[in-house]
Amino acid sequence: MKEFFKEIKKNRALFSMIVPALLLTIIFSYAPMAGLVLAFKNYRFDLGIFKSPFNGVENFRFLFVSGDGWRLTKNTILYNLLNLVTSQALAVVIAIFISEIRCKVYKKITQSLIFLPYFISWVLVGAFALAIFNYETGLMNNLVTAAGKERINVYAIPGVWPWIICAFNAWKWCGYNSVIYIAAITGVDQEIYEAASIDGANIFQRIRLITLPCIRPTIVIMLLLQVGRILRGDFEMFYQLVGANGQLYDATDVIDTYVFRALTTSTNLGMTAAASLYQSVVCFVVIMVVNGITRKVEEDYALF
Amino acid sequence: MANNIKPQSKIKNSVSTSAFYAIAYIVVGFMALICLIPFIIVVSGSFTSENYLLFHGYSILPKEFSLEAYKILFKVPGTIIKAYGVSIYVTVVGTALGLMITTITSYALSRRDFKYRSKISFFFYFTTLFNGGMLCSYIFITRYLHLRDSLWVLILPGMFSVFHLLIMRSFCQAVPFEIIESAKIDGAGEYRIFFSVIMPLLKSGMATIGLFMALGYWNNWYQAMLYINDQDKYPLQYLLYNMLQKTEAMQRVAALSGIVVKDMPKNSLKMSMAVVATGPILLVYPFVQRYFVKGITIGSVKG
Repeated sequence: MKEFFKEIKKNRALFSMIVPALLLTIIFSYAPMAGLVLAFKNYRFDLGIFKSPFNGVENFRFLFVSGDGWRLTKNTILYNLLNLVTSQALAVVIAIFISEIRCKVYKKITQSLIFLPYFISWVLVGAFALAIFNYETGLMNNLVTAAGKERINVYAIPGVWPWIICAFNAWKWCGYNSVIYIAAITGVDQEIYEAASIDGANIFQRIRLITLPCIRPTIVIMLLLQVGRILRGDFEMFYQLVGANGQLYDATDVIDTYVFRALTTSTNLGMTAAASLYQSVVCFVVIMVVNGITRKVEEDYALF
Repeated sequence: MANNIKPQSKIKNSVSTSAFYAIAYIVVGFMALICLIPFIIVVSGSFTSENYLLFHGYSILPKEFSLEAYKILFKVPGTIIKAYGVSIYVTVVGTALGLMITTITSYALSRRDFKYRSKISFFFYFTTLFNGGMLCSYIFITRYLHLRDSLWVLILPGMFSVFHLLIMRSFCQAVPFEIIESAKIDGAGEYRIFFSVIMPLLKSGMATIGLFMALGYWNNWYQAMLYINDQDKYPLQYLLYNMLQKTEAMQRVAALSGIVVKDMPKNSLKMSMAVVATGPILLVYPFVQRYFVKGITIGSVKG
């Protein structure tokens, strides 16, 4: 400790440079963590966080006995797995195709268009969903009625939402993720491809035996990053696509939307804190374990 | 590897190769169209008369051209101008301060003579592995910081992020240490070295993360949903959200513009608001795209 202060004194200019960032991190990331103690308390608004009485693991018990806990866990994990597979697979395919395209203009235009959804807010994506699925004026129902069939109210069919959400997620992130994979593919030594061509390898063999193995580290790292968020839902996406539509909760409620609803209605904050703590701890454990295993198997692939 | 490659007849090879290229061009083109079409539907919806929309719905090309929605939207420009003002203020102030803080922090943490840099870096990085989530931030910001309805609540929480720090750090690491050493020998102080020697070298890095920050601020709506009740302080994206999803927002526009609610061209109005709120991003997109590509490429390489 004494050495630490000596170091601060010696390097005070450098230390002073990081003070604003330290303060922001402490105030907006570390200090709020104290609120997680609510998970073990019976929250009373008049008493505040610290004076509310403890009630042990009652909140966790209630969260799971009421069935909410299991439903949220199931939904969150299923959505994450589905999104993980579809969005990464789509991005890898698109990246491989784009890097094989020879026509420069075509390549540039398509790449720019595919990257475009990354730049818009989820609010606008919500507007797109409305323009497509809206019961009265949506594009989909135009096509359905034009074909002489009955209008479909998508917002009343829970079963299709996992696929809709997964499609929008893959759509929004395809450009972003493929930028990463294209960079990885560009980094592959061109001489390997040339040598393979001379040996008579066709395009499929080049992709299967050179491109895919070469971008494997990138794929693993992208998967690891996502696995570390296994219990986190993209709140912005769920809220903009589904909104406060009670009919769809069974199929679309994830921990983050559950927490938000509890905030706006201010009911049962203790149980909500329990859900938050459960989410944070599971994510932390999962990323540590998965990263640890990865480091053992193939050190270069680990995140840290 | 050579063992896996079996000799095939040349003709079969060239046919399947052409097939592959055809599929690649078609799939990529199709994906690009899927990314473009929603924008076109929204723009054409905003220029279509309400009557047509009610009977035929949204379509890809505007059928009955009408400017009615935009006329109503700009009849009472106050709401939109205010929202633009808030969004621009938050974006400019947040990006300027955030850029300064992120750059100077990553510079300090990239100095090899800074002893505790790896421990401090971990202190920042840890927040990406474990955090309290929305609930804790909400309680802390509203009950202890009392930032509800203050524009700072839209600025401060997003000002410093580890993702930007990692990108900036790799830009800093590209600066040779000898430059710093020679500036030191010439007698320059740490701040002098940073501002007059290092910062000019980090221009492209600052442009990159500055754009990421600006995009983040511009597109943020849910901080406003959580913390802003005062309608005069709504940022653009949150105003758009209200127009799209809540009938009260529509009624407010009606009251201000003196039109009976049932005569409001609701559907085209929603789409024109979407165009107004997203326009600026689409206008600058072609010029800034390459900075984002660069930033994402750097950010994906682990730090």
